[in-house]
Amino acid sequence: MDFFAHHILSVVLFTPLVGALILLFVPREQDSVPRLVGNVFGVLGFLVSLPLVHWWHSDWGGFTFEENADWIPSIGARYHLGIDGISLLLVMLTTFLGMIAIFSSWSAIKLRQKEYYILLLLLQVGMIGVFVSLDFFLFYVFWEVMLVPMYFLIGVWGSDRRLYAAIKFFLYTLAGSVVMLLAILALYFYAPAAADGSRTFDVPTLLAAVKDFPDSLRVWLFWGFFFAFAIKVPMFPFHTWLPDAHTEAPTAGSVILAGVLLKMGTYGFIRFSLPLLPTDTVLRARIIHIVIVLSLIGIIYGALVCLMQKDMKRLIAYSSVSHLGFCTLGIFALNPNGLSGSVLQQINHGISTGALFLIVGVLYERRHTRLISEFGGLATPMPNFAAIYLIISLSSLGMPLLNGFIGEFTILQGAFQVSKAWAAWGSLGVVLGAAYLLWLYQRVMFGPVTNPINEKLPDLNAREYATLIPLVILAFWIGIYPKPFFAFIEKPLERIVHQVNPGFYGAEHAKLPPLEMQPAVVETK
Amino acid sequence: MNIPFIDAIRSYLQGDGATILPEMELTLFGLGILLIGFSSKDSVENSGIWKLIFKDFYAKTAFVGTVFSAFTLWKLRGQVAMRGDLVGFHETVVVDGFFLFFAGLFLAATALVILLSVKYLEIEKEEEGEYYALLLFACVGMMLMASGFDLIVMFLGLETMALSFYVLTGFLRRDKRSNEAALKYVLLGAFSSGILAYGFSILYGLSGTTNVRLLSYAFDPSSPLAQAIQLSRQPGPGGEAMRERFASQYPAALHLDPSMLLHQMPLFAAAAFVLVAVGLFFKVAAVPFHQWAPDVYEGAPTPVTTYISVASKTASFALLLRLFLTVFAASHEMWLYVVGGVAIATLTWGNLAALTQTNVKRLLAYSSISHVGFILLGLVSGNNTALIGIGYYLFAYVFMTIGAFAVVIVLRQKGIIGDELEDLNGLYQRSPVSALLLLVFMLSLAGIPPTAGFMGKYFIFLSLIETKHTVLAVFAVLYIVPALYYYFRIIVHAWLKQPGDAPRVLMSNAQAVALGVAVFVTLAAGLYPEPFTRLAHYAFGQ
Repeated sequence: MDFFAHHILSVVLFTPLVGALILLFVPREQDSVPRLVGNVFGVLGFLVSLPLVHWWHSDWGGFTFEENADWIPSIGARYHLGIDGISLLLVMLTTFLGMIAIFSSWSAIKLRQKEYYILLLLLQVGMIGVFVSLDFFLFYVFWEVMLVPMYFLIGVWGSDRRLYAAIKFFLYTLAGSVVMLLAILALYFYAPAAADGSRTFDVPTLLAAVKDFPDSLRVWLFWGFFFAFAIKVPMFPFHTWLPDAHTEAPTAGSVILAGVLLKMGTYGFIRFSLPLLPTDTVLRARIIHIVIVLSLIGIIYGALVCLMQKDMKRLIAYSSVSHLGFCTLGIFALNPNGLSGSVLQQINHGISTGALFLIVGVLYERRHTRLISEFGGLATPMPNFAAIYLIISLSSLGMPLLNGFIGEFTILQGAFQVSKAWAAWGSLGVVLGAAYLLWLYQRVMFGPVTNPINEKLPDLNAREYATLIPLVILAFWIGIYPKPFFAFIEKPLERIVHQVNPGFYGAEHAKLPPLEMQPAVVETK
Repeated sequence: MNIPFIDAIRSYLQGDGATILPEMELTLFGLGILLIGFSSKDSVENSGIWKLIFKDFYAKTAFVGTVFSAFTLWKLRGQVAMRGDLVGFHETVVVDGFFLFFAGLFLAATALVILLSVKYLEIEKEEEGEYYALLLFACVGMMLMASGFDLIVMFLGLETMALSFYVLTGFLRRDKRSNEAALKYVLLGAFSSGILAYGFSILYGLSGTTNVRLLSYAFDPSSPLAQAIQLSRQPGPGGEAMRERFASQYPAALHLDPSMLLHQMPLFAAAAFVLVAVGLFFKVAAVPFHQWAPDVYEGAPTPVTTYISVASKTASFALLLRLFLTVFAASHEMWLYVVGGVAIATLTWGNLAALTQTNVKRLLAYSSISHVGFILLGLVSGNNTALIGIGYYLFAYVFMTIGAFAVVIVLRQKGIIGDELEDLNGLYQRSPVSALLLLVFMLSLAGIPPTAGFMGKYFIFLSLIETKHTVLAVFAVLYIVPALYYYFRIIVHAWLKQPGDAPRVLMSNAQAVALGVAVFVTLAAGLYPEPFTRLAHYAFGQ
């Protein structure tokens, strides 16, 4: 137990790997065994991550559960793990969605099951690794390792244009990440060496060293990291890989792609890009301006393109561009509201878009098509499905009492504090979001059943309930009582804002009425 | 008991002989194979236990030869650790960390190629002892290239290697492509050797010496030799003594002006550099001197292709490094841009040409050209990190490339050539293990962590950043993207296409061992690089 407590992050990180290794030795002829092992380790991966929440203390602002061991001493790379509130939420999202994605494949995947579950579990390792590494070298290894299983998930189990989508995904992401590699190396090289001349890849050390960097270097480093993260998020104009990859991937792949993979980009922005922003106000304002404009274009462009889609999955894929635009908008507002809204919105997007992909998966398993025109009036044969789909749609479009509202509202509040124009353009995205999601819902679910095949579609079965209901519960939970979620990220974000926007708290205090109020003197005689 | 002859041999082996003992052993084994091959052509057809022993007799003998040689090398390492670098034959060969590192690499490559050759030759019906003897002779040549400290020895080593390769390339006598490749290789190889020899002769003409150490002094105005020459020009007893020393040991120095070599005769110095560089760029297949590589790679028997692409390239790099880090070290600033330009051209051409290949061997030929580009970039930065990076890169390159070719060799079954991309179709269904190994090697060649190939690139990129060649670094990293694309074309065929009526893939034990070693090193050097970086540190004396 003691070992478990001290190495909790390693346990969380490598549990899926153990599953993958076990699966490797399962004979190919056994059809149901890989499925069973995959699911067991999906659930196990989630269960071992639960103690993280249990042991968490809301006062913690820095990195905890740290593990630090030698790895490659000659270059100063270490096996350094640790999480703060932000990474904790993302790790939990990963293990949770991973479990659901694995479970959702129960009957959808019939071909090469063993390899499928091995790859999904390996993907889990890569994604968790990205969120928990506190060593740039280790981070980069996980960042790249994760591409390979995703490539195969799209390339083997995807739909018609899978080969194109898979390699496009791989090449786009790789192009960004190799530039990031250079930025990491530059950060490594320009940070002052230790007394004995050794250098380090340690994330906290290097990010602290950034303080003394000249602004010109910081700008270069910022852009070096920017492309990797912007492609991953994806921000407009780097988003073109996303619709293809999301559309062609199998359901579980899309859930993981949208739910977790995109968050690696936003996580990178918060963790690595913000501290690299130059201190010079003009330079900084220029950079922020560019990023914000790209975010706003992403929000609106993504939403407009959604209105045009004929393919359900492609529509939801483009909606991710729009929703992730909110996340980057919040991050670069650089205030607590924007940032916390952004982190929460990342979780929300994982829940609601993940659920939307599952819903498309439900339809696809029944009809083997994703074209909107093939459906219509499904609410009649599938009433329970209609209810759940409605809740998820409303959650995604930001209906109050559901999770999307909390995230988007907080982000817009943060943006408003900086610039009213940003908030105004952002709100336009919310309106458009309601339009495309409700219109989609209307075309698929309402009206008479136009296609006779759809008349006898079975409603959700127990397994599908089991994958969707937890997401619905979470959507309500965050929508009604988001405080526990904000509690995780409050302190770490406070530290980040202190570091990157030191003037903010001072300015906020100045706005408040002075504390020393004149006591109302009541003359009593 | 004192037998003069034995004593003479013994003292020889403790003196100069020790420095070339590994090479001598290989030569003896090679000659032994040839002799047995001549004398017992038909007597091997025995039955029973003899058949078991004599099965693949030549291959076994050659393999034992490399093991012997490696063992001697290991003992030499102990001596070097105790007594410092060993120098022999009037400072024409040297045994230092550099030599030990590269010789070990050549022996490993030779042993792996021997393991991969057995079944291939059986299928091609060319089971001749000469093949293995030539492999060993080529290895001797390569080891001399790494240990040579004199232009003549270096050139002899290079030619020993090259001549063996010419024959090996054409070893499939009944195959047109093999013959054509051999002819091309001979013509272009002889041409490049000639250019190199011309460069060497100018070096000799300028400095009056072929010794690498003296040459490096002669080209460095701040070296001790330059100061000694200055002293010998002075009148007085000090100058007189120095003149006498020169007259007895290095007469050419009396007429030599080190500052003149670079500054008053820049044309000749530059010509010497360019000719040597061109000769060596031919050998390592850098653009624009790479045209022979794809044809030779495609035509040669696949194990020989493997050997050429890893060992010959590594040996030529050893020679190139030895010269560039000593003789041309002082003029680094002057050739930096030349080598940088060649590196960028190599990267560009290698990567772009590989994109459209349909033959796996040709594709790997272009990919190996692009790897040369990365290694040359290390030479451009030229600091300590870069040297370690070059060592690491070559080390990783040897094992991952052998692995990649080994999969192609395994695919060569009776009735199937197996080197077209189409032949890989559905490899995953036919042999999951080979497909998995192929994936690892391709990821490593592309430079995706956690594999050896990534670590090699890591050091090269870091060195470029350290020496502020940011633009080159950006160029170089972006070439990983097209590289990944063409490596993954192979993966697409092996993993994502359906198999036709191709048979299951059968792997012999020897092939399995070779693949196992290659994949182990490729993964180990990526997951836990520490011991391997120490090895690279050792090679460059740090």
